[in-house]
Amino acid sequence: MSQLQPAFGLAKRSATTGFVPAAKAETPVAKMIDVSKCIGCKACQVACMEWNDLRQDIEENVGVYENPHDLTPNAWTLMRFSEWENPERGQLEWLIRKDGCMHCQDPGCLKACPAPGAIVQYTNGIVDFISANCIGCGYCVKGCPFNIPRISTADNKAYKCTLCSDRVAVGQGPACAKACPTKAITFGTKDDMKKLAAERVADLKDRGYSKAGLYDPPGVQGTHVMYVLHHLDKAPLYAGLPQNPRISPLVELWKGAGKYAGLALLGITAAFGVVHHLLAGANRVTEEDEENAEKLRGGGT
Amino acid sequence: MTGHKDGEAHLQVSRYSGSARINHWVVAISFVLLMISGLALFHPSLYWMTGLFGGGPTARWIHPWLGIVLLIGFLGLFVRFFVANLPERTDWVWLARLRHVLAGREEYLPEVGKYNAGQKFVFWAQAFLVLVMFVTGIGLWPAGLAYFEQLLGFKATIDQRRLAAVIHAGAAVLTIAIWIIHVYAAIWVRGTISAMTRGTVTGGWAWRHHRKWLRKEIGKEPGGPHPAE
Repeated sequence: MSQLQPAFGLAKRSATTGFVPAAKAETPVAKMIDVSKCIGCKACQVACMEWNDLRQDIEENVGVYENPHDLTPNAWTLMRFSEWENPERGQLEWLIRKDGCMHCQDPGCLKACPAPGAIVQYTNGIVDFISANCIGCGYCVKGCPFNIPRISTADNKAYKCTLCSDRVAVGQGPACAKACPTKAITFGTKDDMKKLAAERVADLKDRGYSKAGLYDPPGVQGTHVMYVLHHLDKAPLYAGLPQNPRISPLVELWKGAGKYAGLALLGITAAFGVVHHLLAGANRVTEEDEENAEKLRGGGT
Repeated sequence: MTGHKDGEAHLQVSRYSGSARINHWVVAISFVLLMISGLALFHPSLYWMTGLFGGGPTARWIHPWLGIVLLIGFLGLFVRFFVANLPERTDWVWLARLRHVLAGREEYLPEVGKYNAGQKFVFWAQAFLVLVMFVTGIGLWPAGLAYFEQLLGFKATIDQRRLAAVIHAGAAVLTIAIWIIHVYAAIWVRGTISAMTRGTVTGGWAWRHHRKWLRKEIGKEPGGPHPAE
């Protein structure tokens, strides 16, 4: 279960016409994941399971490091392991990315969601799924540019990382950040995290990673989970991280112009009926028609 | 049956058999329920309609099953009526004189068989849209999609599923618009509804709107009234 954190005001609320955001905005927060510091220990996965009380079923070992095989309704974060031979440096690089919700400033899941209040964004930027309002339609899956939400077959609700909104609400950092032994995961205000990231990027550049940088994609107006990558220009190397993520134009069409055009067409069609009936009046069968039919039967023509 | 009903002065012509009417109402009821549950998720201002089903989750799971009911029901209607809905030369004349149709000036229109060009349009358009909505609806139905993916051995990409959502919504809007026209026409042309309730229309109604069909029905009778179906 993922619940609304009343400590935070809402910036956005799914499927709510006439929604008014909270007047007082919190300081935006962010989790910064320094991929260059990650050792792939999976302490973050364990901490996430512990804090959120999640237990993924035990699976078969199929010869890869990922465990479980993918994000699931019970695994909200997952270390993804990619091997890459760097042609410039002539070395094998092990790129380990902690996958999970990116907490987009412009969340595609929230845009696609048809259930009022099933997805909210707090004024600090955290995007939360509110299980009590979720209807399990899976539209968030289609809205997400990062392939994150998973629908539980047990209770038909969508699940993903909450950025430990319940911990943040009481002044704590996310469980994964707390557990990370190398400080690859840090949490704070978005501004602080950007400053910290700038230091890390400068260090990586010093060490020869000329394309190192902070992954805070502008296509979704930035994210509240950011990565420091050694190869910012090659984001897909990191287990398919999209280079320029944005909400699909199909989703924008579906949830934007399409909704209004659709309702307008239905309104116009219904209005046509009303106006036509007012102007043309009912099309009635006359007594003459009835007599003609009788004659036809009688005459057999 | 044709003939006079007790106390009624007009000739009654049989237009739809009992099974055809039941078939139609199965489609009609499932269509209305699909429309309500679908529109509820189409625009937030209509979400309250999920309450008619007992809440959002119920509206969400029942919608695809109603779709299956409608698909099977519509298949029945299709098999029954597609021959009578095949296009013919006079349909183009009828369409060219749509102005007179809307003004209710039947005297300027060619004699029409069981269905006029407008009714044929509704028939073929809905048949096409039902098919489109079924295919795209599978793409929107997590449990159904998983079943068909396993059955047919494919995996829908996320962009295919997004496209399915757009096409499903667009086709739904068109099918509802055509449904509004269908229902309105049945109300505007008085004497039509009894074809779908009692199965009969008056001779005058048939003479006025479907004269060629009436001639055929009466011609079938060896010297007298005879059932239509």
